[in-house]
Amino acid sequence: MPLLVSIATAALVGAGVWLILRAQTFPVILGLMLLSYAANLVLFASGGLTVGRAPILIKGVETYPDPIPQALVLTAIVIGFAMTAFVLVLALKARFALDSDHVDGDPVEPQEGR
Amino acid sequence: MNHLILAPILIPALSAVIVLLTARADLRLHRSLSLLAMLLSCSASIALAYSAFSGAPQVYAMGGWPPPHGIVFVLDRLSATMLVLLGVLGLAALLYASQGWDARGKNFHALFHFQIMGLNGAFLTGDLFNLFVCFEILLIASYGLLLHGGGQERLRAGLHYVILNLVGSAFFVIGLALVYGGSGTLNMAELARKLTVASPAEGVVLTAAGLMLLFVFSIKAAAVPLQFWLPAAYANAAAPVACLFAIMTKVGLYGILRIHGLVYGLDSPHIVRYAPFLLLVGGAVTLLVGAFGALGSRGLRELLAWLVISSVGTALLAIGLLGTEATAAALYYMVHSTLAAGAMFLLAELIREQRGSTGDLLRPGPNVTQPTLLGGLFLLGALTVAGLPPTSGFIGKAAVLASATHRPEVVATVYAVVLLGGLIGLVTLSRAGSVLFWNLGPSPDIQPRAAGVGRVLPVLLLFGLTLGMSAGGGPLLELMTGVAAQATDTSSYIDVVLRDSGGHR
Repeated sequence: MPLLVSIATAALVGAGVWLILRAQTFPVILGLMLLSYAANLVLFASGGLTVGRAPILIKGVETYPDPIPQALVLTAIVIGFAMTAFVLVLALKARFALDSDHVDGDPVEPQEGR
Repeated sequence: MNHLILAPILIPALSAVIVLLTARADLRLHRSLSLLAMLLSCSASIALAYSAFSGAPQVYAMGGWPPPHGIVFVLDRLSATMLVLLGVLGLAALLYASQGWDARGKNFHALFHFQIMGLNGAFLTGDLFNLFVCFEILLIASYGLLLHGGGQERLRAGLHYVILNLVGSAFFVIGLALVYGGSGTLNMAELARKLTVASPAEGVVLTAAGLMLLFVFSIKAAAVPLQFWLPAAYANAAAPVACLFAIMTKVGLYGILRIHGLVYGLDSPHIVRYAPFLLLVGGAVTLLVGAFGALGSRGLRELLAWLVISSVGTALLAIGLLGTEATAAALYYMVHSTLAAGAMFLLAELIREQRGSTGDLLRPGPNVTQPTLLGGLFLLGALTVAGLPPTSGFIGKAAVLASATHRPEVVATVYAVVLLGGLIGLVTLSRAGSVLFWNLGPSPDIQPRAAGVGRVLPVLLLFGLTLGMSAGGGPLLELMTGVAAQATDTSSYIDVVLRDSGGHR
């Protein structure tokens, strides 16, 4: 289980960083999303990974998973959503105002294979 | 519990909401409401500072829930200093914005107050996750403010600023996860206590967390090599926004002082032995890069933005020198540079407007409409920013240099870097001043209007405060020594927060 989560996080971070280094805004935003997913996964795993425990209060159950990371990750997800929506709108606005989806607003160069 | 501690957060929050709810009301109503709220929160900050400077840190447990599980706000001298600084800077920026900038886009006053709320919250909170939330509040408000007024250049700079800060936020979350994973708490005092008893395995995780947070705060502070977002953002922001943003880099410095100076303790084994060295070298490089960037600037606002980077470098370097005296010098310099940068960004706009199509570009252009007033203020500002006597910049730099003497192994380098940075700053500012005011081109047919009292007043207010800082240099430095002593005294911070709120187990 920890191995699986670690690999998933690493893959997300790797893909996210690679996409952020692209020059077009859309891949960059995708990369930001992957990076924030990875951050949320790390946050979620920070309380220790448990399987098969009751998530909410049930009579007669003694052991629960740590509730704090769940609360934290919920907050982080909400903030992440809001930020992603904002940067998407901003990128769209820049795309039409600057007539280019390059992150520097440079004129789009014709790419190979077009 | 002192309920006033929440006032600097609640007042801006309430006024922002009221402004949003009455979005269709007259702009004049919004202005008076906004100024009233800013005055109230500024006076609350001053009242808080008065009580903070007379004693130990005060703790406010939100909803009565004790730490480490409840969220606490902690008012100490460091947070009080930042609150007052933001209060007066915000007041000046708002006064200036109310002269017309707020009409050039939507929701200026609401965004402005949300930003003040986030900043005040970040200065007051005693909980790491709450710090993250406050950072996000101030950032999302700053995105809106940066784009205020529209225009292609602003959009381009805004996109970089937003993307870079989103990356920073992702790393912040990862850092917090490491803190929680390593210590099981996000309360700063509890974390500081756990750091003293951490097992080697936990220590490794907490060290990684500390370095991750150092990276995040360095992005906010615009320390080299993470400074690329700043020049374009500050140079293209609306003048009152750039004035308010003068404190944004200081939020990063505050984070480093709070988390690494107080919670971790810069000389603790958990923040790797080379962290102070990292700050020292990073600060020196930032100082020089900022100065050289200013040397290569084409416009006045770009030049000022690079000098902001340079001032961040000076403060980082002073923090890296360690010790109460050096931290006090860093704090004094930080306050001075915030006020000076804020004033200069407002002044740059007045100069730009009166130079017609030449704007703030450093090439011959028409004479400004008010050469004596603006030239005189520019001279004063240049002396202050470059750090020549008798201004507050001089006292700040002298204090940094004086505090370097207790580190004989680096003192020569520190002197060389700080003095060289100051010299380059002086060269760039005198070049800019002589081009702007003496190297005159043909006058336009229609001379631009002179700036009204309402727009000169905030500049005078901020410059007056820097002059006050130099007049009261000795007592202020002593005051800052008290701030620094409290801000590095980890054990009594732990005691106060965990005992006063009944959370000690």
